Amino acid sequence: MAVTLTEAAANHVQKYLARRGRGIGIRLGVKTTGCSGLAYKLEYADASEPDDLVFESHGTKVIVDPKSFAVLDGTELDFQREGLNEGFRFNNPRERARCGCGESFTV
Amino acid sequence: MGLLQISEPGESPDPHTRRLAVGIDLGTTNSLVATLRNAIPECLPDEAGRTMLPSAVRYAEDGAIEVGHAALARRGDDALNTITSVKRFMGRAMSDLREEAAARYQFAPPTEANRGSIRIITRHGEVTPIEVSAEILRVLRERAEATLGGPLYGAVVTVPAYFDDAQRQATKDAARLAGLHVLRLLNEPTAAAVAYGLDQRSEGTFVIYDLGGGTFDVSVLRLTRGVFEVLATAGDTHLGGDDFDQALARHAFASWSLTRALSPSGQANLLAAARVAKEALSTDQTATLQVNWGCGFDSALEVSREQFEALTAPLVERTLSLVRRTLRDAKLAVTDVDAVVLVGGATRMPQVRRALTGLFGREPFSDLNPDEVVALGAAIQADQLAGNTREGGAAHLLLDVIPLSLGLETMGGLVEKIIPRNATIPVAKAQEFTTFKDGQTAMSLHVVQGERERVEDCRSLARFELRGIPPMVAGAARIRVTFQVDADGLLSVSAVETTRGVRAEIAVKPSYGLSEDEIVGMLKSAYAHAGEDMQARALAEARVEAQSLLGALETALAADAELLSAEERSALEERMQHLAHLVEGDDHRAIARAAEDLNRASSEFAARRMDRAVKRALTGRTVNEVL
Repeated sequence: MAVTLTEAAANHVQKYLARRGRGIGIRLGVKTTGCSGLAYKLEYADASEPDDLVFESHGTKVIVDPKSFAVLDGTELDFQREGLNEGFRFNNPRERARCGCGESFTV
Repeated sequence: MGLLQISEPGESPDPHTRRLAVGIDLGTTNSLVATLRNAIPECLPDEAGRTMLPSAVRYAEDGAIEVGHAALARRGDDALNTITSVKRFMGRAMSDLREEAAARYQFAPPTEANRGSIRIITRHGEVTPIEVSAEILRVLRERAEATLGGPLYGAVVTVPAYFDDAQRQATKDAARLAGLHVLRLLNEPTAAAVAYGLDQRSEGTFVIYDLGGGTFDVSVLRLTRGVFEVLATAGDTHLGGDDFDQALARHAFASWSLTRALSPSGQANLLAAARVAKEALSTDQTATLQVNWGCGFDSALEVSREQFEALTAPLVERTLSLVRRTLRDAKLAVTDVDAVVLVGGATRMPQVRRALTGLFGREPFSDLNPDEVVALGAAIQADQLAGNTREGGAAHLLLDVIPLSLGLETMGGLVEKIIPRNATIPVAKAQEFTTFKDGQTAMSLHVVQGERERVEDCRSLARFELRGIPPMVAGAARIRVTFQVDADGLLSVSAVETTRGVRAEIAVKPSYGLSEDEIVGMLKSAYAHAGEDMQARALAEARVEAQSLLGALETALAADAELLSAEERSALEERMQHLAHLVEGDDHRAIARAAEDLNRASSEFAARRMDRAVKRALTGRTVNEVL
């Protein structure tokens, strides 16, 4: 299995990396916090650790630490617009419930 | 349902903790709102994808208030109810208005009640510049909240470096009226420097060249240990990109040999066509200026970039001469400048960039959109103030300085400077004052701003009174006056009589303030008059000292004259008369000498009075009672 980006997400990540001026790709992760127990992390990656899993999706490196991978396996990161708002969304098949705000979830 | 943003490594916010903060450039012609998205500052567009909101507000027939493009489109046919360039009125009084600005709208006559403040009469009634600005800010706030999906935690709003206390306060009031929590007011040139990351350097000297639609500003900033100091600022409030359009339009009009004067709509068409051609010439070598006059009649003119540059060379030169003057004011040479930053859409013109490269021998910074750069810098600062950036945190906070010294009037019409010019803000400073007369129970405090030594040469900001001081001999009361300037450069002053704790305070909210020219003029005259001012100060101080001594002796003579022999008394009175006579003159050294002399001559009298007072106090008491 893998963690992937949609084409729209990959394009936007590339665009932001270029404007930021550095970084090798994007890091997806999970931390234990929030009203539903877990929260997604989405960060620029400047380096990868030896244990990290590194995927490539539409020419963009996606880096996931092994602990998070247990929860994120099969996830596709999408980029969406909602009215004036735009941003990334985790489509995670393992996610069972999320809190109303979308920032935290349970598996 | 929230959409996620990318964070810097290790800075992913916990759920529900990210505070939405924006930077707002409240401009004369256009306003923008920006925020950090995916850790990168971005200006937020409206539904049509436009980031710039024209700073225009129309009070419409149906009771609605239109802001931005819709309002601007009606300026021609509903001029009196469509307010543009309201920034020029912020924090000003009717008496500050230039004639041509005063002719644009109908104003309510100044009255006692409104303290001469500006009120524009519209079909919705009287509106103040603060309310008009608040409408613009409200639209930007709503745009940001719709985009970011939640209420804003706060905003950083930018102001020109030369804005004084009244103009800053007016801006802050407008933001509050628009439902915004103002995290900070930030100087526009400082915001531009932040957008380019210049605040990350350890130090440097930067020139910010801001050529907007209708105004030109140039500022010299110095960064030392994280503090931006405005060394000098100058500008022309009636020079901008619009003047370049007009130069081109006049050229076209002349070359078509049109004989009749243009109608207002014809003029507008011609100017719009000139603007399109000007913008094209920033990228192309030639452009065609095309005007459709209506009724199937139109004109066209091919213009080359060389022609356009020749036509507008005098305008560019005017900005350069202001840049050179500002550097002179800051006592800097072009070689001292580490970076030049371009702000304002008109800096896209190649001739402007070339002229600056020629002057400074280096390319100006121009990677960021010059229309957006101020808002972008404000957004970065807003994000830091909202506490979203964990790394560095407070250490990253920018500091600003106050542009002119703040002080109090003291006896003799002198200014005691409490907070000196260029002190970093926020700042609080206290100083102790005392009473001048025996039994004085009230003190009038007069807060002034400026560099000169005499009150009459400085700007009066506020007056207030401290009452209820317990009656004491002159000089015995301890009155602690505290000046506090908050992070936005706004001043509050408090006075406390320390023995009894009576207190009075004032937030300085003058009805209008200083113009940029006045500030520059005041600084210059302070330098020019330094010597003369010191003389005046010495004289006034000597007079105050002498009068205080004379007053004390008169009181003492009235009370205890019998302690002196007739000769002693007449010798003393002769010296007092001599001193009183000298005080009328302006030789501060003679006054000081005579006062010194009188002081010595009266010391024996003072000693005898002290003896008597001690004896009186001790009479009829046992040793135990006294000790």
